[in-house]
Amino acid sequence: MQVTAKDSADLRLGSLEELEKLRSELRAAEDPDQTKIIVCHGTGCMANNSPAVTRALREALAKAGQDIKVMPGIKTTGCHGFCSRGPLVIIKPMNIFYQQVKADDAEDIVQKTILNGEPVVRLLYVHPQTKETIQTTEDIPFYSGQQRVVLQNIGQIDPTDIQDALKAGAYAGLAKTLTTMKPSQVIEAVTKSGLRGRGGAGFPTGVKWSLAAKHKGGQKYVLCNADEGDPGAFMDRSVMEGDPHAVVEGMIIGGYAIGADTGYVYVRAEYPLAIRHLEKALADARAYGLLGQNILGSGFDFDISINRGAGAFVCGEETALMRSVEGKVGEPVPRPPYPSDKGLFGKPSVLNNVETWANVSRILDKGADWFASLGTAKSKGTKVFALVGKVNNVGLVEVPMGISLRDIVMKIGGGVPGSDHFKAVQTGGPSGGCLPWKDADLPVDFDSLIEAGSMMGSGGMIVMDDRDCMVDVAKYFLGFLEEESCGKCLPCRLGVPRLRETLTRFSKGEGTLQDIDDLYSMAEAIKAGSLCALGGTAPNSVLSTLRYFRDEYEAHILEHRCPAGVCKDLITYSIDPEVCTGCRACARACPQGAISGEKKKPHAIDESLCIRCGMCMESCKFGAIQVS
Amino acid sequence: MLNLTIDGKKVEAQPGWTLLDTARQYGIEIPTLCFHEAVEPFGACRMCVVELKQGDRSRLVASCVYPAEEGLEVYTSSEKVNNVRRWILEMLLSECPASKEIQALAAEYGVTSTRFAVHNPDEQCILCGLCSRVCAQVVKASAISTVGRGVHKQVGAPYLTPTDACVACGCCVTVCPTGAMRSRFDAVRGLPKVVLAHGAR
Repeated sequence: MQVTAKDSADLRLGSLEELEKLRSELRAAEDPDQTKIIVCHGTGCMANNSPAVTRALREALAKAGQDIKVMPGIKTTGCHGFCSRGPLVIIKPMNIFYQQVKADDAEDIVQKTILNGEPVVRLLYVHPQTKETIQTTEDIPFYSGQQRVVLQNIGQIDPTDIQDALKAGAYAGLAKTLTTMKPSQVIEAVTKSGLRGRGGAGFPTGVKWSLAAKHKGGQKYVLCNADEGDPGAFMDRSVMEGDPHAVVEGMIIGGYAIGADTGYVYVRAEYPLAIRHLEKALADARAYGLLGQNILGSGFDFDISINRGAGAFVCGEETALMRSVEGKVGEPVPRPPYPSDKGLFGKPSVLNNVETWANVSRILDKGADWFASLGTAKSKGTKVFALVGKVNNVGLVEVPMGISLRDIVMKIGGGVPGSDHFKAVQTGGPSGGCLPWKDADLPVDFDSLIEAGSMMGSGGMIVMDDRDCMVDVAKYFLGFLEEESCGKCLPCRLGVPRLRETLTRFSKGEGTLQDIDDLYSMAEAIKAGSLCALGGTAPNSVLSTLRYFRDEYEAHILEHRCPAGVCKDLITYSIDPEVCTGCRACARACPQGAISGEKKKPHAIDESLCIRCGMCMESCKFGAIQVS
Repeated sequence: MLNLTIDGKKVEAQPGWTLLDTARQYGIEIPTLCFHEAVEPFGACRMCVVELKQGDRSRLVASCVYPAEEGLEVYTSSEKVNNVRRWILEMLLSECPASKEIQALAAEYGVTSTRFAVHNPDEQCILCGLCSRVCAQVVKASAISTVGRGVHKQVGAPYLTPTDACVACGCCVTVCPTGAMRSRFDAVRGLPKVVLAHGAR
């Protein structure tokens, strides 16, 4: 429903009772027999044209009008996670899961499923290994292996409709907090839950809050770090797009706990949908008396504003983020003083990541003991990962802490295309490292990952197969950090480019074993000497690949060979005349005109013209292109 | 008074002193580049890093900004510390090879050549930002700042054009640890405020 200034006074909830009364009214008003068509309007599905699917469904329903007994509702939601299968459409309450739906399919969905209760078989998910057709969401391995806590409402609710969020239980934790708990009890509950920061470092959230809360009185701030910048990561974006109220609720609870009346969400300007949904959530929450003055009649005041970042990776670092909110250059400053003592505008501040804030809402709703029962001894709860790269089921997954890499990639992720194993899994973004197949049974929690030379990070998980070169991967991440370094401290500004230069030489088959030893020493200096965590973790991609894939480095240096066939200076493409059918597909694909040959006769590549782009290999259906 | 040890020596510090203040009080030498008494410490050049040890754990901190605390065990020239300084200096030799000051400091740490490629043989600036900080904090002119980010960073006036906001006081030239500001000065200041008698300009 649309909230306007005129009727906003009528919407205002003055107490816990009024909130719960509205919630039960909204729930009671729902017709349990009504079929619902849910269309994913997450960024991934929208890019695959899901709005056109929604329009087509509306038209098809209108056309079938008089034949339908109870007109189904169409609900657009945030990301369902199974992005590689989008656009997704789900029919409730049967939970029929349709994937890769096009506008043309709308007619069939209405005629068969809505009118006759039959599934449209061609839109159902087929298990890639067993070839079994699966009808409902919960039977799909991608979903059945997950445990959804942070994502529990995403894909279920319309993120732009606060009433829908309230039906799903939004602000129950906040209401409980404001009416039954003292601020110190809130901090106690968060500490007891064992929640650790989801932004990457894993600092205990309750401890962070108590450090800021010990300053009695005065201006304080809470901030939400939504400056998600790791390549391939989109967890926080999906949470803000799909369930913005969970973040808002968590921040209000945090404000109450530490005694702050102002919150900021620092979000990348590259996330327009997330910003739009957050703005709507803030406006609606204010209208309902859940944000602003005298929240739920409790006497507690708190408001949130959105700060758009210009997309600097370093502004995800807490001190740089605060400088950016202040309107200064986004560069980190040395700690101490810590932000819990002197943070934003020099005042005690608590900064937590999007996922952490969403977890706070759940903890205060369901209890610290419930949360502490999830996960491992030292890493409680669940973690959302953006599973990308060489994996069948690309998308967003939420799993309990302590699950093995193997379960995430091979079971939920559906394995690696064309292989029974992965070569490496990169976790933790540019600050993290690559874990090899032999560590597939490693439990994914904060401490195990650090021990293995990587880190949890904010939750990017990039799967790599045998066609990925580890020297090239490390070089890529260093190149990213070189471009994103703020340039304030010398070890990072000077060191990261030089690490990258060394790896560039390796990728050309140059360098010596002495260079590897020097790399270790230089990496040590950069890690120990840098001002902030960007430089402090920058060498991790080199160190972890050296730790697990040193043979690959040596192959480049000693044998001038790239085993994965990636480094352009070390590979040649050729065509196997035995296999080539002369179909000319590669010759058409080659941007250099380097491939010649008569039709239906084996072709050949002119080495001198070839730029090693690999287009021929991708275009060949017969596997005739070889790389060596 | 706070009691701590620096290089095994018992020292006392006033509350509010940094580790660098404390060390200098006792004549313990710690090299610095981006530090100057006239401006707020910045913690950027990392030459002043020292090692803090607590049991088996150790970490490096910038002594110019790290406050003296009761019971700290500080080492100013451990192998870990010197490794950082040597690498920074070797990288600086390739970044700003024209600076005599950097060459002299590097030589003190046994670094006399660099294995890295030299991109600009005339460069002297290490981008420590002392010039812009003294301009903002002491002169309060804010005529110059660092411009751009990371590897694209440089020192200059807005839009990299000379500015009348520069009062040509020369403070930036004075505090510059490498002599780089001498050659940049004319590029930032506008026309002199006082026309010299003999018409030098």
